[in-house]
Amino acid sequence: METITVKPQFSEAAQAEIKRLLTHYPDDRRKSALLPVLHIAQAEFGGWVSPEVQDLVAETLGLKPIEVYEVSSFYTMFNLKPVGKHVLEICRTGPCMLRGSDELTAHLERITGAKVGGPASADGLFTLKEVECLAACGFAPIVQVREKYYERLDTPEAVDAMLTELRNQVHRPALPWEETGLPNALANN
Amino acid sequence: MGRKLLTEHINVEGINTFEVYRKHGGYRSVEKALKTMTPDEVVEEVKKSGLRGRGGAGFPTGMKWSFLAKPEGVPRYLVCNADESEPGTFKDRQLMSKLPHLLVEGMITSSYALGANTSYIYIRGELLYVLRILEKAIAEAYANGFLGKNILGSGYDLDLHVHPGGGAYICGEETALLESLEGKRGNPRNKPPFPAVQGLYARPTVVNNVESIAAVVPIINEGGDEYAKLGVGKSTGTKLISACGHLNKPGIYEIELGVPVEEFIYSDEYCGGIWKGRELKAVVAGGSSVPILPKELILKTAAGENRLMTYESLSDGGFVTGTMLGSGGFIAMDETTCIVRNTWNFSRFYHHESCGQCSPCREGTGWLEKVLHRLEHGHGHMEDIDLLVSVAKQIEGNTICPLGEAAAWPVAAAVRHFRHEFEWHVTNAKEAAQPGAVYRANGVLV
Repeated sequence: METITVKPQFSEAAQAEIKRLLTHYPDDRRKSALLPVLHIAQAEFGGWVSPEVQDLVAETLGLKPIEVYEVSSFYTMFNLKPVGKHVLEICRTGPCMLRGSDELTAHLERITGAKVGGPASADGLFTLKEVECLAACGFAPIVQVREKYYERLDTPEAVDAMLTELRNQVHRPALPWEETGLPNALANN
Repeated sequence: MGRKLLTEHINVEGINTFEVYRKHGGYRSVEKALKTMTPDEVVEEVKKSGLRGRGGAGFPTGMKWSFLAKPEGVPRYLVCNADESEPGTFKDRQLMSKLPHLLVEGMITSSYALGANTSYIYIRGELLYVLRILEKAIAEAYANGFLGKNILGSGYDLDLHVHPGGGAYICGEETALLESLEGKRGNPRNKPPFPAVQGLYARPTVVNNVESIAAVVPIINEGGDEYAKLGVGKSTGTKLISACGHLNKPGIYEIELGVPVEEFIYSDEYCGGIWKGRELKAVVAGGSSVPILPKELILKTAAGENRLMTYESLSDGGFVTGTMLGSGGFIAMDETTCIVRNTWNFSRFYHHESCGQCSPCREGTGWLEKVLHRLEHGHGHMEDIDLLVSVAKQIEGNTICPLGEAAAWPVAAAVRHFRHEFEWHVTNAKEAAQPGAVYRANGVLV
């Protein structure tokens, strides 16, 4: 993992998207855009929000840095430490457990070599993270990677298909306001 | 087969586009409301329909609307609660991703009724891909004159935006949701003041669940009285049930309220019975927060009557022998399910999701998780069982928001109905701690 040594900057596409988002809220309520902008920041800067990136978010929205830190640490989606190229968010809650999420987690730990809550796999590809209910209980067990849900992962074949798809991703999928995946996003890892 | 008011066209090719949705009768409720009805008349129809909040609390939607303060010159807001996070519940995700225009249409008609000129859909952050679908639908609605200035020439203006959360169950609580929408931590607010008086940006606000907003569409199209003809008693209309766990056919079912629970579980029209030819052991009928019931009490009330999928029938017997319809998150468990393990799992969830503001919840959910963990892993004591009940009681009623109750109820109910299984985890601790171990009475699974 490279250390960010220069001050991070949002890409032009992201800046335009942030500008659009700010029109959704009253002029004196720019803080409302904090969660959406944190999502953009996490997508732009390699899947996590470093203190420097959070400071950039604060500066962009005219907030004190603490207003960003206290929010990023409250919500579980924001990764506060460096992550692998792909973060596999495994649902561990009751309905998924009934359909085999414990076995799925153990299987993923075995084949990726990463541990839940630990650092990324040795090849830097996968970070494993257990999360609570993803609201897809009828399709359990489930893994979320960025904006995509992988469902019914109750066979080794289904898990393999997911991992193969992820291994073949050179850049993360482009977001609606981007023409292509950001060159700096996955290259950071 | 019952009528489908929300999902009739859910499998139509292209129904996520404005054009196809419109061809199938979409946006009629907006035309009817804006051209032929006053806002108060729309509220009146929703009151007549008997619609009850579909997020879980079951509070009458029309009545909630009528509480909205309307001070002169102060903007008011409608906020749709799409923070679907109650374990076992996944109906809103399906509805929004397949029928995004139904929610957009419901938001326009409802916002008109409430006199809101800016409305928000707060969607849980994990569903960013659904947010993209909704944003596309909203853009189409603007392009076709159903959003923006002077909608359909009526003089009514509305802007509609989607806002993502960041991963926090607590933001499904309406005041935590509003805090989150303001860019803060999702800490529930003290009430009063209620959102109807001081909500988003301290302005009058109504917060409604996705399914409630969607139901406004058929209510306006067909009239409140027609809607109220469906269902049983005070459980009017249709309800989306998220069926999951050990069922042959998990998924979303739109049922007319009043279907017998037994039919819902076993008939091929719905869940098709329990998987792998196994027996049903227990059901959590309304999302993880509601009391678990053993097979005999979910199929029939204590008085021996057939249990129906209605607010009243499911709660028959109170918390002693009944449960709640809640959000309609229907979790079925087969005979191999360990109730202690399942209860521990849910307690871990609530401990993880407690926002930490109120001591009884912050500390109590931790106690519940810890004590259940040791029971499940073979280190429990007989006194632990009553300790669980005691901790649950000390949380209940002592917190700002209902997450406390949501954490306490499942534990209290599991001990109430499956005490023998908890005791077995103490007397046969070593065996119980084995992976996949499950309590058997006299060697037989129960």
